[in-house]
Amino acid sequence: MSKATFSVWRGDKSGGKLVDYTTEVSEGMVVLDAVHQIQAESANDMAVRWNCKAGKCGSCSAEINGMPKLMCMTRLNTLDLSKPVTIEPMRAFPSIRDLVTDVSWNFRVKKTIKKFKPRKPDAPDGTWRVQNEDIERPQEMRKCIECFLCQDVCHVLRDHQKHEEFIGPRFLVYTAALEMNPIDDDDRVDDLKFKHNIGFCNITKCCTKVCPEHITITDNAIIPLKERVVDRHYDPLKKLLKVFGPK
Amino acid sequence: MAEFQTHEHDVIVIGAGGAGLRAAIEASSAGVSVGLICKSLLGKAHTVMAEGGMAAAMANVDDRDSWKVHFADTMRGGQYLNNWRMAELHAQQAPDRVRELEAWGAVFDRTKDGKILQRNFGGHRYPRLAHVGDRTGLEMIRTLQDHGIHQGITVYMEHTVAGLLKDGNRVSGAIGYDREKGVLRVFRAKAVVLATGGVGRAFKITSNSWEYTGDGHSLAYEAGADLVDMEFVQFHPTGMVWPPSVRGILVTEGVRGEGGVLRNKDGKRFMFDDIPDNYKPQTADNPEEGWRYTQGDKSARRPPELLTRDHVARCINREVKAGRGSPHGGVFLDIAWIKEKISNAPEHIKKLPSMYHQFKQLADLDITTTPMEVGPTTHYIMGGVKVDGETQMSTVPGLFAAGEVAGGLHGANRLGGNSLSDLLVFGKLAGEHAAKYAKANGAGQVHQDQVDAAAKALLAPFERGANAESPYKVQYDLQDNMQALVGIVRKEDEMLKALDVIEGLKKRAGTVGVAGNREYNPGWHTAFDLGNLLTCAEAIARAAVARKESRGGHFREDFPNKDEKGFGTFNHVIRKGPDGKMQLVQVPLTPMPQHLKDAIEQEKK
Repeated sequence: MSKATFSVWRGDKSGGKLVDYTTEVSEGMVVLDAVHQIQAESANDMAVRWNCKAGKCGSCSAEINGMPKLMCMTRLNTLDLSKPVTIEPMRAFPSIRDLVTDVSWNFRVKKTIKKFKPRKPDAPDGTWRVQNEDIERPQEMRKCIECFLCQDVCHVLRDHQKHEEFIGPRFLVYTAALEMNPIDDDDRVDDLKFKHNIGFCNITKCCTKVCPEHITITDNAIIPLKERVVDRHYDPLKKLLKVFGPK
Repeated sequence: MAEFQTHEHDVIVIGAGGAGLRAAIEASSAGVSVGLICKSLLGKAHTVMAEGGMAAAMANVDDRDSWKVHFADTMRGGQYLNNWRMAELHAQQAPDRVRELEAWGAVFDRTKDGKILQRNFGGHRYPRLAHVGDRTGLEMIRTLQDHGIHQGITVYMEHTVAGLLKDGNRVSGAIGYDREKGVLRVFRAKAVVLATGGVGRAFKITSNSWEYTGDGHSLAYEAGADLVDMEFVQFHPTGMVWPPSVRGILVTEGVRGEGGVLRNKDGKRFMFDDIPDNYKPQTADNPEEGWRYTQGDKSARRPPELLTRDHVARCINREVKAGRGSPHGGVFLDIAWIKEKISNAPEHIKKLPSMYHQFKQLADLDITTTPMEVGPTTHYIMGGVKVDGETQMSTVPGLFAAGEVAGGLHGANRLGGNSLSDLLVFGKLAGEHAAKYAKANGAGQVHQDQVDAAAKALLAPFERGANAESPYKVQYDLQDNMQALVGIVRKEDEMLKALDVIEGLKKRAGTVGVAGNREYNPGWHTAFDLGNLLTCAEAIARAAVARKESRGGHFREDFPNKDEKGFGTFNHVIRKGPDGKMQLVQVPLTPMPQHLKDAIEQEKK
């Protein structure tokens, strides 16, 4: 058994600071284990959000040594324990307390996206016929566990605070899953351009890098959506046709 | 008197996993106002952990399947203690619930002809589980969530319910608090649906998240409702055993469904040594036939690794106790071996992507090349609030229950895949009938004395302060106690000892204190959870002591056989007696109608 020190951000929206805690570490431990141990030993009231502890629910997002990660999937043997490990809350969202942030904005944004609307069923019993090849993309997007790490790292949100204008990578992935679903019949392309400002994304791929589900957010979700927007609104031939073409 | 805020709804649903969401959607579509109270953020409930799939006799893969076969499988799995009406409704309605999920946006894996694909699972005669790789639960909760947010439901995230309010016999609301601010809240409601899940956190090794503290079981018990079958806890045979910090995390049965086999340290497939008589006609007696079954050969019988969970868990336990286990006290689950059979084995194995990543990231192990170490983990409680099969109403008027918190459907043991379909079928029914009840009965009175008493109890740990005992310590002691004494193999003297320990822990739970303030304070929550955990632990232990036989998830070393004429004829019901003490009574099984008996006989052939 050896010991390691963790600098955990303690505070609330009025401010806070890193507080050092030293605790025993053992083989296979993840950051969330260390936080729980500290909580049980010396900081009963340390606020942390977690549920499944298996990388499936996306609750325990935090910034570990400055990197956005799930605490439950970050093994201590991947970190340098010779110096304190910093654990801070996600910085793109307002603080509630300690490691817990107010992510309610995400839930409001989702409601503004047109919901799934099925096309007419293929079979008389009201079911659809779909091939596996046609759902690979939407299934990739639907792996999302809503940890919001992509939102945390997106500079449009984190640095420019465009929360009121831009929906962020998570909801571009959500929109992509709907748009690419072979059973869905609705159209969200105009919304992407005018309401959700997909143009703000300049494809720095930071979101893709931090995704714990390894969704290729930029390449497989955002760029295809941008292409649809471009096809409809920026195609020069179509523009000419609109102006001079038959009414 | 404590300050509180009041909210008013026709129906409140407590719990926002699959059952709660489905209930809220149904109640809302019936035109009543619905409040949905989540212990965590919306979409994070334990349903996300479900991996394998949802059982529904759609017959997309094997056209011999029908609701009658599903019914018979469920009853046999439950060792015939099930509420047969629930098992019947479940088998009949599950296919529609799955198809409805697709109409709400779920993207299931497909068959070659484009239908929803179904996979094999333990105890199911035919491939029956609609699934999405090994993340079916996530697909389900996200679909319900994304549909539900457009249905006009008011969602209260990160709220904890501490007590139900009653007006005479009937329920009239609930009291709780929100975690962010620590504000006490009273919810007035005409009907209440419990959908709070299970109680795995009463045990040390569990696949369950922190939320699983038996809240609904305990709320119902305190409100005077009956609990049924509490002795039946399911220990899933395959949880991770190494490294220690991930002990208990689930390894889906899907691994075995896709060809994974169990071996002891000598490399022996020990499951072939112990196949129960009633499963022999349908179980392969050699590895070759078992393999063919997993590859979709309809003439082959299923490998013994896919016997019911209780049986597989006990066989693993036996191997470990006999010294034939793996280095860290489990056995080996090997899917890598299929490379001997098929050329694209790694791709095939990656059909289980979550499992692949889970082991890669948490255990540094590549399951396409190396066997996993697995052992039993507390997974599910079959017992729960006793409900009417048709309406899901408990013995307290206006109080409904659905999903894991409700008892009856699974009897003595639940089949894998029957949980997700349970959530959908009975979530819908509970929502529908709660809305009906609300329309027919109007609001009950909220009595201030009940509110004040609940608030006082809730805030007491702050009065005692940080120098009192830590709630975490009491919780750990309870988990050790239940794991050691009321676990997978049970004995009279050990369980009586456990009950003594529980009495002591109850006293200690009344003395714990917490530091800090009410805003997002996990210590406070842990102090509050103790009461629920202890009520459930006591109910489990009492019912387990009383059932002097072995059946399903309940195995008694001192009574290793089934007693069909005696214990096979009744359920145990637990309720709060007039003296405030826990009472246990035997309630005879209701006779089954002939057409269901026929369905069971048909499948025994």
